[in-house]
Amino acid sequence: MSGHHANQANVIFSHDLPKTALDDETLKLREDKIKVAMIGLCGCWGCTLSFLDMDERLLTLLEKVTITRSSITDVKLIPERCTIGFVEGGVANDHDIEVLEHYRENCDILISVGACAVWGGVPAMRNQVSLTECLDEAYVSSVTRPKDQKPVIPHIEVPSITTKVYPAHEVVKMDYFIPGCPPDGDAIFKVLDDLVNGREVDLPTSMNRYD
Amino acid sequence: MKDSILRSILAEYPKDRAYLIDILVRVQEGDGHISDQSVQALAEYFCISPLDVKETISFYHFLHQQPTGKHIIYVADTVIARMNGYDAVLAALEQETGCALEETSADGLFSLFETACIGLSDQEPAILIDMIPFTQLTPAKVKSVIAEIRNGKTAEQITNPQGIDKTSLGYIENLVKSNIQECGPVFFSNKIKTEQILGEVCSRSPDDVISELTNSQLRGRGGAGFMTGLKWDICRRAEGEEKVIICNADEGEPGTFKDRVLLTKAPEQVILGMLIASYSVGATEGILYLRYEYNYLHCYLENILSDMRTQNLLGKNILGKKGFDFDIRVHLGAGAYICGDESALIESCEGKRGTPRVKPPFPVQKGYKGKPTIVNNVETFANVGRISEKGVKFYLSLGTANSSGTRLISVSGDVRQPGIYEIEWGITLDEVLEKVGAVDPKAVQISGPSGECVSAKLDGKRVFSYQDLSCNGSLMVFNSQRDILDIVRHYMQFFVNESCGICVPCRVGNVELLKKIQLFVDGKAVENDIEEIISWSKIVRSGSRCGLGTTSPKSIMQTIDRFPEIYRSKTAKQEGPLLRSFSLDEALEGYEKAKRELMPN
Repeated sequence: MSGHHANQANVIFSHDLPKTALDDETLKLREDKIKVAMIGLCGCWGCTLSFLDMDERLLTLLEKVTITRSSITDVKLIPERCTIGFVEGGVANDHDIEVLEHYRENCDILISVGACAVWGGVPAMRNQVSLTECLDEAYVSSVTRPKDQKPVIPHIEVPSITTKVYPAHEVVKMDYFIPGCPPDGDAIFKVLDDLVNGREVDLPTSMNRYD
Repeated sequence: MKDSILRSILAEYPKDRAYLIDILVRVQEGDGHISDQSVQALAEYFCISPLDVKETISFYHFLHQQPTGKHIIYVADTVIARMNGYDAVLAALEQETGCALEETSADGLFSLFETACIGLSDQEPAILIDMIPFTQLTPAKVKSVIAEIRNGKTAEQITNPQGIDKTSLGYIENLVKSNIQECGPVFFSNKIKTEQILGEVCSRSPDDVISELTNSQLRGRGGAGFMTGLKWDICRRAEGEEKVIICNADEGEPGTFKDRVLLTKAPEQVILGMLIASYSVGATEGILYLRYEYNYLHCYLENILSDMRTQNLLGKNILGKKGFDFDIRVHLGAGAYICGDESALIESCEGKRGTPRVKPPFPVQKGYKGKPTIVNNVETFANVGRISEKGVKFYLSLGTANSSGTRLISVSGDVRQPGIYEIEWGITLDEVLEKVGAVDPKAVQISGPSGECVSAKLDGKRVFSYQDLSCNGSLMVFNSQRDILDIVRHYMQFFVNESCGICVPCRVGNVELLKKIQLFVDGKAVENDIEEIISWSKIVRSGSRCGLGTTSPKSIMQTIDRFPEIYRSKTAKQEGPLLRSFSLDEALEGYEKAKRELMPN
């Protein structure tokens, strides 16, 4: 993964560090399991917390599934081709674009999980204002900026913010959508359980109604 | 607006919020916009909040909250206009007035706006200057008209130099052509004898009159095709002492103009239909809801109503029949397609935003101000008059077994003789195309954007009837050189503009569908986009509250079905992870621009 940050020659990424091979016993246990990779783009991690709300059902699920890359495992890149990619958050900077490309290239099925991935969510509120105005408010005209310092728009070694916030499906093809902010653990379980058991995904409206 | 002027306008209307839109139109005409001060004054007068007034104003696109130029020009942006030199006319208008669309010229003389179809598809490009229509425009004609206005003439003086009386038929025919190409036995053939027929109707019982109508199998000509006799029967039996008859002359479906011609050439026949309805169901109140685009018919219609009052055909104890009281007022719309929906129209008649109601209850049960209300199309009422004159047998002898009578179609596009045709139900598409002189027809849009897009090649044998092509009165013909995708895109833009916004599938879904169509127009679509269009269309159609959302995706769905090659030729295979429609350059340029602007060094 280099792409838009090719100028960072002196940076060492975690995936460049030497790896410790897994023991044979663990490897064998994983062999037949469905591989899932998880990522949070521009969101609040609430959907990943909802993932944990599957509670004890997570254990049943883990009998058939193994999680490769995720914030829980702290692996940064997808180590091997995965069946399912669980995408939380919208696309708000160039790094998000790279990561989503990486997920599309390495996963068979991608799921948009939660409002930010599905339509941009709260971060997309900035789409109503020009990016110049947003950055001005945050870094130049902000009342909390130290007045004795020259205003600086962060531009070195941080990802560049995109012109607007995109839902995931406007950047790459997404296969399934789980709406909600965040979706209930029940809804996440239903979709994963359908996929893992080879059923057609059917998310009943009752799991998406809050009124 | 000066307080004294506003007060004199208010004095002309009953103190009833239902008249709010009529009053707002008057303020708009006087001031060129509706100022906060006028809003405040109207709110106080009607004992409502200023926001109540503003929410009504903001719904209608002929009402402005910001000051406009001395002369307001509306350019009808329709697919037909675009086939007939719209771009050149718009460019000439911008050049001559010195203002771009949605702007006011620096000298304050002109404001320029786009509007949807103004019911003149057979004589486009057309514009309204201070609500006076100018048709069949060319850049040269635009130049001379604008020059005359700059020299101090009004639009009225330019179009009517002889000063023809505004209440006369001549005045209207001088402004716009009626273009009746073929009249049949129901409309325009001979002037209806209002007094004589109404007299005969009154000699029978209301039940008899309704059952005659039921037997004639007349169906509503607005589009939905509901049995008129049944509608009237339900209204007659609905509980409520006061009942209302509304004539829907909000002819907003792009490509339709037959109601304009009916109201021009046979207004008595329409009003007779309303009178018969009033007698049948026992209604005392009548409203003719006239779209503001047809404001130039207003004085003419008021004059006819006034004449009928003089002849005791309207008012108290009509034709000396004790207790037969009925009068009609003209209620102006203010620019909103959705007000063609009967429940939205009723909201608008009550002086509110034209938001469709949740049904049931249906208007025949609880309509205008909660009273049982019949809303029928102009053409439906005109049919009623003729059925009463010539009888059920005559009517049933026209058309087919399940679609009786005739209907008017407004023909435009690639045809030799655009205009109005009276056709008998049962005629085939091929026959109609021949009749109207279609030139190299490829696609035919029947019933406007909300109707059906059919192929001249595949659908020629299909029949105009309620079982097959249940045409609502509009027929637009497109030849093989026309860009069908661009036409569909234009239709979707229309629905996006006209959605009232109350329900999500329509408000959001139409925008998404428009974006999808734009992908095809731009050549950025992939195979998956067709599948997504189809699935989203189903959601919009099944989840929307009113007819706008339940029909808006039809033109896309039908063109995918009828002209799949057009979509295929614009579809590419997805390569690589990033979608073809996603522009990396666009996504990244904003940050660079912002950095340059905020940190120039």
